[in-house]
This record gives sequence, structure tokens and C-alpha cells, in this order.
Amino acid sequence: MSISIQSIRKTFGSYTALEDISLEIPNGSLTALLGPSGSGKTTLLRIVAGLEFADPGSGKILFHGEDVSEISTGKRGVGFVFQHYALFRHMTVAENIAFGLSVLPSGKRPSKHEIRDRVKELLGLVKLEGLDKRRPHELSGGQRQRVALARALAIRPKVLLLDEPFGALDAQVRKDLRRWLRQFHDEIGLTTIFVTHDQEEALELADEVVVMRNARIEQIGSPQAVYDTPRSPFVYEFLGNVNKLTDTSGSHQYIRPHEVEIRFAAECDPSTDELGTIQHLFSAGPVASLSIRLDNGSFLDVEISRKILDEMCLDQKDRIAVKVRS
Amino acid sequence: MSKRRVIPGFGMSLGFSITWLSLIILIPLAALFIKAAGLGWEEWRELLGSPQVIAAAKLTFGASAAAATVSAVLGLLVTWVLVRYEFPGRRLLDAMIDLPFALPTAVAGITLCAIYAPNGWLGEILASLGIQAAYNWLGVFIALTFIGFPFVVRTLQPVMADMGKEIEEAAATLGAGRWTVFRRVVFPLLVPALITGFTLAFARAIGEYGSVIFISGNLPMKTEILPHLIIIQLEQYNYEAAAAIATGMLVVSFSLLFLINLLQRRIDWQNR
Repeated sequence: MSISIQSIRKTFGSYTALEDISLEIPNGSLTALLGPSGSGKTTLLRIVAGLEFADPGSGKILFHGEDVSEISTGKRGVGFVFQHYALFRHMTVAENIAFGLSVLPSGKRPSKHEIRDRVKELLGLVKLEGLDKRRPHELSGGQRQRVALARALAIRPKVLLLDEPFGALDAQVRKDLRRWLRQFHDEIGLTTIFVTHDQEEALELADEVVVMRNARIEQIGSPQAVYDTPRSPFVYEFLGNVNKLTDTSGSHQYIRPHEVEIRFAAECDPSTDELGTIQHLFSAGPVASLSIRLDNGSFLDVEISRKILDEMCLDQKDRIAVKVRS
Repeated sequence: MSKRRVIPGFGMSLGFSITWLSLIILIPLAALFIKAAGLGWEEWRELLGSPQVIAAAKLTFGASAAAATVSAVLGLLVTWVLVRYEFPGRRLLDAMIDLPFALPTAVAGITLCAIYAPNGWLGEILASLGIQAAYNWLGVFIALTFIGFPFVVRTLQPVMADMGKEIEEAAATLGAGRWTVFRRVVFPLLVPALITGFTLAFARAIGEYGSVIFISGNLPMKTEILPHLIIIQLEQYNYEAAAAIATGMLVVSFSLLFLINLLQRRIDWQNR
């Protein structure tokens, strides 16, 4: 189901959360809304879900060409997963997952038997077989989040919306669940939007990244495109580490740590290089990162492979030349 | 206590607690039991089995249970309004909830009586509808509701405030209507706090004296509550009898409260 967001505006009192947002999300894609807190990404997701309504007269939300702007959240057919899971703690895992089916009007409600089968199927899908009788407090964070996902999927939603789905999890679980979600999405092909403030997460997981800032969309594109050709200094700085160099004329130049070339100070080419001193060197891992203090006073982060580091026999306090101009 | 604990002072704080509890609760209670034991078995049975005591007990426990139940329902509604909506005067209303705690109960009793008596403000209107709201069961019930209601609000309020919007939103996205959300998600989560509030209101109502005696009229066999019977015995220097009635009251109250506690534990365990 494709989603079309057409010039949506949202204000809370005098605060503008979204300023004329338009966005097309193709059927079956996995889209990340990426931005710092206060950028409006969660508000946009909530408007798509019908948990929040856009300002009257501002714009429309279409699901597969059909205007759903005025339809209540329960009738939109969206699966929504909250950052803090929002599981019903007085119900078992199975009851949580079955909730959306059990509240259907009696004519449409599946039989008890059918609900049980569906719950079982979903538990298998999220790899939580056998945990149906547990209660939420007996589960780990990652398990809870998967129960929340199964609960959202039980109603066979047309779109899946995830609000900071990994925000409350530890780094390792986060990584595992992220990879699992990507694989899961590829299997079921449900149009999915997720909100995150973690650029690494957005770049690794999404087909398309929507970078937001101050109630506006800053850039839309594939992870590769937004990373390689950022359209604004903001996107440049927000997507991964970047060095900001100011030259004598006062204009800024951006260079990513891994793009910086280094050579011995003796080989310095003054037309393109700056001289500096290695202040700090960190090499536990496949990539070594160096913090270099240039002679003009600015700092530069540099990432080079361990191989190069070993070949050059670099150490702290060594003088070095850095290529900063092409 | 050979096991080392992270938080120091367990022994001392437990000692303090027990001493303190003994001084203000256990010793007075023991004195009460000892006094009551001054009566023989026959006298006990005769006193507690007398029609007047039984009628008073029925009224006290019955009206208390009814008042606590109504307090629970009204308290739930008022708490909902206080927690969920922003409106002018909300803080004022919030502060007013505590008034029954602070008001001397006799003042409350006289005020309620003045208002609900057949010639009072509300009493007049009710009387014209054929309802008598003072000097009968209803009067006792009104006074006990007034006294018990703040307990329910104050126990529910933090729980409801902490509950957050997310679980309701989650239920709504899954297709549940407003009423279903309340019935299947919000209410079950409030039940433990609601029972605590009910229990406090109930316990308070059983022992309530000051606010009831004016509006009840204290007609023997009709509108006389147990605490009033105790006072009557005291006025006649009948200390043993007073202690005996009090002991009987305590035993019944304790059993009821204990049962409610058990029930709550069960629900709490499920809800965790």
C-alpha cells in the first residue's frame, strides 16, 4: 500500500511541528524518518497513523490513493509500534497479540480457534514460540518489542509504523533486532515507515531516508545518495562524522574522516596539504582513528586502515601531512 | 542476619519500627483486649448478640460498604476528570478533594445535617421528591461517602497519571473503541488502586463517628452506629462492655480488610 503525504501542516499552539510536508512512499518500501529531536518526525508518523490530526484545511494523507485524513486510527488499518512497547501488562503475550482481533465487532471477529492459530503463527513469525503464556514483565526488552510488533501485525495492517523501535534497547540487541527487522520486511513486504534519530540505523536499514529538521524535510533519497551527496551542511553533519574546515576566506568545507589522505610530513605538498600533529590515536579495531591537531589550530578526525597505520609506523605526537584540498 | 546488606541499618530501623508500632498500635490494642476480657463468656454473648448491637453492626458495616462502593465509582470519575482534562479551576478542585481530611468531623456532621435535614437546602428539595435524607440510613450513607471519597481519589490519582497515553493509543490503533479501551485496558490497570481506595474508605467509614451522629439522629435499632453504642457504654462507665463491642468491631473489620488484601494481592500478581 503506497502512502502519499500531501502538504501536511501541524501546529501545537504557537509551535509549528510540521511545515507543509509532502512525501510519497512507494508500496512495499522501508522508509526511515531521520532527524534530531524536535524535527517533527514523530509527529508526522503519528499523523499517518491517525493518532494526531493535521491542521484543518492543511493537506491530506492518502493510502493507495484513498484519502484517509478523516478516518480514525482504528479504521485506518495501521500497525503501530511504540518506542516503549506499550504492551498491556495485565494480559499474557497471547492476549496482547490477540487484542486487535478480539475487539473486532462480533460479525467480523474470528472464532476463538482461528485467533489462537493466528497468535501461534505470529509468535512463530517474530521468533517467540512458546512464550504465549508469559506476561510482559517476564520478557526482555527485545522480546517485548517483538511482541509489540506481532500485536501490530495481528490485524493484518496495510502499513507498519514504528516509532523509535529500537530506542529503548541495548546496543547489541539493537543491532540484532535491526538486522532481523530488515530481513523480516523483505519477507513480508509490508510498506513500513520508522522513525529514528540514529543515522547509522536509518542508513543501514532503510530503502529510503527522509532527513527532517525544524518541521521540514531536508532531503529525501537512498542511504547511499544522502550520505554521498548531502544537500545541505546539516545533512552532511547529521549523517555520520564529518570534519568542518574553514579556510582563510571564511568558507566551509566538509570532509569525512575516511576520505582524508595522510602522508609523512616530509612529503608535504603545501598546495594541497596542511601540517599537523597526532594528538590521539585509537587503533583497537579494523579501522584506526586519529585525532590530528593542525598547525592552524583546528582539529581533524581521520580514519585509516590498520594496514596503512602499521606501514607508516605512526604514533602519538608524530608530525604528519594531511591532504585537505584537491 | 549474617548476610551482608547493601543498605545499612536494617536491624536498627526494624527495631524502631516495631517499637513505634507497639507504642501507638499494639499496646493500646492489647489494653483493649485485656479490658474486654474482664467480661465473662456469657456476658460477651449477651452483649454482642443483643438486637441493638446487631442492628448497629448491620448499619455500620452495610452503610460503610455502600458508601465505599459509591466513593469508588464517583472517585474514579472525579480522578479521571482531574487527571485527563485541563480546565480552569482544576487546581482548586484538586485542593478541595482534601477538605474532608482536614475538616473536623463534627463540623462536617453538623454541616451535612443542616443541608440534608428536611428543612435544609438540599433536604427540602429531596423532601419534595419524597426522599428523606437525614435521620435515616441514607443520612448515614451520605456522611460516610463524604468522609471516604477523598481516599479513593488520592489513591487512584498517581496511578492514573503514571499510566500514560501510549497504551490507550496502542489499543486505539488496534481498532478498540473508547469504551472498549476503558473496559479492557484502562480499568483493569486501575483495579488494584481502586481496591486500595475502597479499602481505605471502607475502613475509615467503619470507625467514623463525628460526621455521622448528627445526621443519623441515633435512633436505637434504626440509625445507631456501632461507635455510638460504644460512646453510650462509656458514658455509663461501662468500660468492659465498650471494650467488648470495640473488640468485636475490630475482629470483623480486620477479617474484612484482610480478605480484601488477599483479593488485591491476587489481582496485583496477575497485573504485574
